[in-house]
Amino acid sequence: MTATVHNWPILETARAQVLERGMGLTEDQLVEVLTLPDEALPQALELAHRVRLRHCGEDVEVEGIVSIKTGGCPEDCHFCSQSGLFDSPVRGVWLDIPELVKAAKETAATGATEFCIVAAVRGPDIKLMNQVKFAIDRINEEVDINIACSLGMLTQRQVDQLAGWGVHRYNHNLETARSFFPQVVTTHTYEERLGTCAMVKAAGMELCCGALLGMGESLGQRAELAAQLAALEPHEVPLNFLNPRPGTPLENQGIMDGKDALRAIAAFRLAMPKTVLRYAGGRELTLGDLGTREGLLGGINAVIVGNYLTTLGRPATADLNLLVDLNMPIRELQKTL
Amino acid sequence: MSPFPAGASPNAAGPYCGHCGQPREENAREGSPGDASHRRKDADDGGSLPPSSAHLRCASRLHLEPPRFCGHCARRLKVQVTPLGWWAACSRHGVTTYPASEP
Repeated sequence: MTATVHNWPILETARAQVLERGMGLTEDQLVEVLTLPDEALPQALELAHRVRLRHCGEDVEVEGIVSIKTGGCPEDCHFCSQSGLFDSPVRGVWLDIPELVKAAKETAATGATEFCIVAAVRGPDIKLMNQVKFAIDRINEEVDINIACSLGMLTQRQVDQLAGWGVHRYNHNLETARSFFPQVVTTHTYEERLGTCAMVKAAGMELCCGALLGMGESLGQRAELAAQLAALEPHEVPLNFLNPRPGTPLENQGIMDGKDALRAIAAFRLAMPKTVLRYAGGRELTLGDLGTREGLLGGINAVIVGNYLTTLGRPATADLNLLVDLNMPIRELQKTL
Repeated sequence: MSPFPAGASPNAAGPYCGHCGQPREENAREGSPGDASHRRKDADDGGSLPPSSAHLRCASRLHLEPPRFCGHCARRLKVQVTPLGWWAACSRHGVTTYPASEP
């Protein structure tokens, strides 16, 4: 029996618009991708993979992340176990500099070219900025790796300081669509997040601005988020999938369906053909080993290797071996700042 | 795929679950030495499963996250996750690291 191959109109449009001309899909077009039936998913992923290969190349960027300050955050992001406003089992911890340098060395040893220092804060105070400065200097002395930071909302002075210290990339996620944001965060606004993103770009740092999917947003809001991210033109978009954390308002939210997650990967790639699209937290639960492979063959071109901030990831060797199996080389270090 | 071998949890030998902080066994639920004020009130098995399997779900979660409660006294742990490992510290029972520290 011969399998019937359908020509889905939105995929034909994407082939001409995104693959050939490098123009991302619009919000309305992304809704069409996100609502494709399961039988269309392999074609959508295959197209997203071709887009990634043509516009980004075959290599994969590997990054490690570590929390310099865990827990006790004054913000109320409903997905986050590090908020001090929820009854979460996560306690406050500061990572000392020698441990942080050790983590950077271990990360570099995996072949990673990016090391992101993260703090659970609304924005950094002087103590945290001093710690980060000291950490950056020590890491630069001992480890050959690009340093990124994720320290919440910044002032212009802090943006300038980080850029001056050689911070290569700054992470500040939109997390979700503007229309859904007030249901997820009430202690700061979408506009405040956009403000930090704009300052980071203006200062010449690469902007890493990501998404967290599966928080109860509609497919339309997923498309809205992808379009809003595309409009920001970030260098990198980390894709997280909700891992419901005990004690948070979203602890009873179900785990996102794996096929929906793969559709989202394809859609985000078709929205942003030239952006680094990174696997981030939650993929172990949402996609598992098989889905992880499908995503790498469906538009993903970067991974966070090893563990996350408060949860554990796949073993680093599992991802690195998978990249070898898929014949995808790890991107080599290029100091950009 | 587990990031660490079965049994590597520092709480494997203690009377309390490292994920939810509740007693592991039925006979530990009453008259246990742990201070209830240090344990979560909303353990996610909800007590709905029989004692022998009450923490199967917790055990599966401990393959993707570090312990948050001391297996010996149910106190909340200070936990630091790094890209390739983690450590968990109890104020009474010390620090456990994964991978285990070299002697």
